[in-house]
Amino acid sequence: MADSHTFDAKGHNPDTDGSLPPEGSELEAHLQSKHMVINMGPSHPATHGTVRLKVELDGETIVKIDPEIGFLHRGFQKSCENVTWTQCLPYTDRLNYLSAMMNNFGFLNAVEKLIGLEIPERAQYIRVIGSELHRLTDHLTCVGATGLEMGGFAPFLYGMEARELIQDRVTELTGARLTTSFGRVGGINRDLPEGWADKVHKTLTRTEELLVEMDGLLTRNRIFVDRTKNTGVISAEDAIDYGWTGPALRACGIDHDLRKAHPYWVYERFNFSVAVGEHGDNYDRYLVRMEEMRQSISIIRQALETIPAGPIIVDDWRIALPPKPEVYGTIEGVMAHFKLVMEGIQVPPGECYDATEASNGELGWYLVSDGRGRPYKVHVRAPGFPVLAAVPHIIEGKMLADLIPTFDTINMIGGEVEQ
Amino acid sequence: MTPPFWAPYKAADSSPSVIGSPLSTFALDRVSAHFPEAVVERYVDRAGGAWAVIHPDSLPKVAAFLKNDAELEFKLFGSIDGVDRLHLAESDPRFEVVYFLYSFKRHEHVRLKVRVSEHQPVIPSLATLYRGANWWERLTFDFYGIRFEGHPDLRRILLYDEFQGHPLRKDYALRDRQPLIPERPIKDIFRGPGTSGHS
Repeated sequence: MADSHTFDAKGHNPDTDGSLPPEGSELEAHLQSKHMVINMGPSHPATHGTVRLKVELDGETIVKIDPEIGFLHRGFQKSCENVTWTQCLPYTDRLNYLSAMMNNFGFLNAVEKLIGLEIPERAQYIRVIGSELHRLTDHLTCVGATGLEMGGFAPFLYGMEARELIQDRVTELTGARLTTSFGRVGGINRDLPEGWADKVHKTLTRTEELLVEMDGLLTRNRIFVDRTKNTGVISAEDAIDYGWTGPALRACGIDHDLRKAHPYWVYERFNFSVAVGEHGDNYDRYLVRMEEMRQSISIIRQALETIPAGPIIVDDWRIALPPKPEVYGTIEGVMAHFKLVMEGIQVPPGECYDATEASNGELGWYLVSDGRGRPYKVHVRAPGFPVLAAVPHIIEGKMLADLIPTFDTINMIGGEVEQ
Repeated sequence: MTPPFWAPYKAADSSPSVIGSPLSTFALDRVSAHFPEAVVERYVDRAGGAWAVIHPDSLPKVAAFLKNDAELEFKLFGSIDGVDRLHLAESDPRFEVVYFLYSFKRHEHVRLKVRVSEHQPVIPSLATLYRGANWWERLTFDFYGIRFEGHPDLRRILLYDEFQGHPLRKDYALRDRQPLIPERPIKDIFRGPGTSGHS
């Protein structure tokens, strides 16, 4: 027992003689610490997918961070190269399962560019409606999850209520909640169900109410603002250099939206504005997403009011399946159906790059066809990939707690980043 | 139903002008004027996009020109990917690497392409010019085995370090599997029993 107190050379023992410890004792000494390496993920609730973040910490400050991706790699490109063009659609769903229709339509749009095909107007309207519905679900999940991880469970539940309502409408339209595989080369495979537009109007009204609730719970919430404002900041120059697009880039103050810059389908007919932030921090990314949802609601309403009647897919049996009475009633119909299903669409040899504005930014497709009915190359420019690549730049030197809101608001989607 | 469905779809059946006028060639014209020796080939694809095939050695200076020229300012980094031309009609040299950049000033993409042979698949890296190129070059290296000279950290990004070969090369079999943990033989009613490839 006595031995344990004889560490002091002068015989000073604070336990027995009651005096204060002399200067320079263990209590005043600088706490020896070394950098600690911790692992976040691959299955961490805050990583939204399967990303492994190797973080080197000095206390609570991040010294170095190395995102390791690939746990969700499914061989998207290799799979697409071995199936027909239409069979690629289910693979594109799984790139981003919260906005599957945007991936479907973006891919189809690129294939149509490669063929040189213009799709019917009604199909273009349906594509706009579907895309904007899925932009809503994607943003609702992102904003809701951000609130959840900042400690507010209620905004998440409001977001989920709106998301589920929209996904019910999506189910009525496409037959699937998440993996829609909707649309075909040359148009859309099924028309809007009867009475669907009224249901969507009701859903949008309710979504607006829920957005007001979420806004009230988050936008002026002290805890939320403290954790998101001035955290995860990136300058516009850096964001451009990394290749950021979408809401994350707009939050830096760059007014860039492919729906305005290169209007595709019928986007130029709708009246909507592009939400632009200022500071490039987590709070601005949140605000941009909130405003984009309001604009999406407005676009869907305008589209439902002005959608014209007419065909929903091109009348060309080399591209679109013939109507069922033709398939069951005529030999030409059977043959065309058989050839399309067995051999696929014979996309002429060539290449093209085309991009659409998906929920998280520019979704680009570089397609190469060798004319044999299957894609020769399907390159996808996932908007989340450059965003995740910039995370070390944003977060190094900041606190570990800033990593969580940053990872939330950049909304990196494992499915598309890891292909 | 207007066109005969049994005939193959020919390129002449549709013209790119259906979609819209051909995209601008302004940027590539400027590149050609400044670096005539760097541009190997120019063409327009089916969707109206203008392409320039760049000599590998000239890529950094062409990219720097596109980024910094006051009239172009292609500052937004798009993406990089490779193409293995093994089964295409024109397959020599074997690999192509495609580059997409975007300019807020010109409001358009620029499409560049570099061709390298199978024996020496080396291209100068753009990672110091565009920080965004870093990960895309790692991806292209991972998928095709194309090396980017001067890249600060060229290692696999999606696949694991123990992986042999490059999966998007056309001579890599679709079902060639390389599990880190040996797979148990599973009776697959569609593809037959057992694993295939490396197991």
